[in-house]
Amino acid sequence: MTSPHPGHAAAVPVLALGETLLVTLQGDLHDRTAEQLQQDVTHRIVRSGAAGVVIDISGVDVVDSFLGRVLAEIAESARLLAAHTVVVGMRPAVAITLVELGLTLPGLTTALDVEQGMELLTRSRPAAADRRGRGT
Amino acid sequence: MSEQEAVESAAREVGAFLERRREQIAQRWADAPLFRAVFTVSRDEAVEACKAVLDALSEVASAGRLEDVAAPGFDRVRDQLGRMAGSRTRTGSSPAQIADEVAALRAPTAELLRAEPSDATAAEAAETMLALTVLMGTLRLVVMQTALSSGEALIARQRQQLLEVATPVISLWEGVVAVPLIGTLDSARSQVVMESLLESVVDRRARYAILDITGVPTVDSLVAQHLMKTVAAARLMGAECIVSGIRPAIAQTIVHLGIDLGTVLTRASLADALAYALSQQGIEVSPRAGGR
Repeated sequence: MTSPHPGHAAAVPVLALGETLLVTLQGDLHDRTAEQLQQDVTHRIVRSGAAGVVIDISGVDVVDSFLGRVLAEIAESARLLAAHTVVVGMRPAVAITLVELGLTLPGLTTALDVEQGMELLTRSRPAAADRRGRGT
Repeated sequence: MSEQEAVESAAREVGAFLERRREQIAQRWADAPLFRAVFTVSRDEAVEACKAVLDALSEVASAGRLEDVAAPGFDRVRDQLGRMAGSRTRTGSSPAQIADEVAALRAPTAELLRAEPSDATAAEAAETMLALTVLMGTLRLVVMQTALSSGEALIARQRQQLLEVATPVISLWEGVVAVPLIGTLDSARSQVVMESLLESVVDRRARYAILDITGVPTVDSLVAQHLMKTVAAARLMGAECIVSGIRPAIAQTIVHLGIDLGTVLTRASLADALAYALSQQGIEVSPRAGGR
C-alpha cells in the first residue's frame, strides 16, 4: 500500500480529551500513515501522561491483517507506557471479516462506541490515579 | 414453395384454425382432465380459461414461433398455467402426470383439424398437422417450465422466511440482547444469526449478547466453530457474548469431541446468563421488602 502523495501522507489526528487520547481512523490506512500514527500516539502518551487511548474505527469499511496488526501494536506499545487502549466502533461486517480471517485480536480491549470506551477507561482509572499521585 | 415457406404457411394455417374453431376446441378442452380437475366449480370458467390458452397459442402460431418457449404470446397465460399446474401438484399429481394431461389436449384438437373441410393437398395437410403437434409440444414445455419455476420461487421464499423467523433478536434488558436458537445450525443460518446479532448489538447499544442454544438438538464441531466465531466477532465490537442453554447431553458431546470452548463464556440457562449480565453491570434484582 502506498499513499498517492508519499511525502504528504494525511496524518491521522490524535485528540487529547482529558486523560484520554482519541484517535479516529477514516478509510484506508497506509503503511506510512500507520507508522506515523504509532509514533504520534506513543509520543503523546509520554508527553501528556495520558492514561488511556481510544481508537475509533467506525469510519473504516475494510480491515485487513495489516490494520489488525497495527491496532495490536499500538495497544501493546501503549501498555508498555502504562496506558490502556480500547478499540471502539467496529462495524459488524468488519468484525465478521476479521473473524473469518482468523484474526480475533485477543489482546485488544473493545467497546461499542467512543462513549462506552471512555466509560470503560474511567472505570479502570484507579491504577492511573496512583501513577499520577506518585509523579507529583 | 420452399420448405421454409411451407412451415411458415402451416404455422399460419394452424393459427387461423385455432382462431376459427376457438369455441369448439374450448368446449372439448373443458372436458379434458386438466381443466376439469382445476375448475371444479363452474364449467364456464373452464371454457374461459381454455379460450385464453387458445388465444395465446393462436397468437404464437400466427407469429410463426411454434417452437419458441419464450414467445411473447405465452406471457399472458403463464400465470394461469402456473396456477393450474400448482393446483394439480397440490392434489398430488406428479409432474409426469401433468405433462401427460397437457399432451392429452392434442388429440381432440387434431381430430377437429382433420375434420376441417379443406382443399389443401395431402402434403400441406400433413405439414399443418405437424405444426399443430409442435405447437402443443411447446405448450407442454411452457406448462412444465412455469410449474417448476413457481415451485423454485416458493422454495426460495420459504427458505428466506425460515431464516427470518428462526432468528429473532430479543431485547432482554437495557444493554442486553438475546438470540434463542432453535433447530439445526448450518453455515447459512449461523451467518444470518451472526449478522442479526451484531446488527442489534449496534442498534441497541448492547454490551451483553446472549446466544441461547436450548433449542439446538445437536452440537458438532462445525456448530461449535460457528458459536466461537460469533462470540469472537461480538467481542471485537465491544460486546460480551454469553452462550447459554447447553444441555447435559450436549455438554458431554462437546467434551467427548474434544472441542475447546474455553474462550466462550457459558451459563447453564438463559436466566443465569441474564443474571450474570445484570450483575456485571452492577444491577441487582431482589424481592421488594414486605412484598408477597
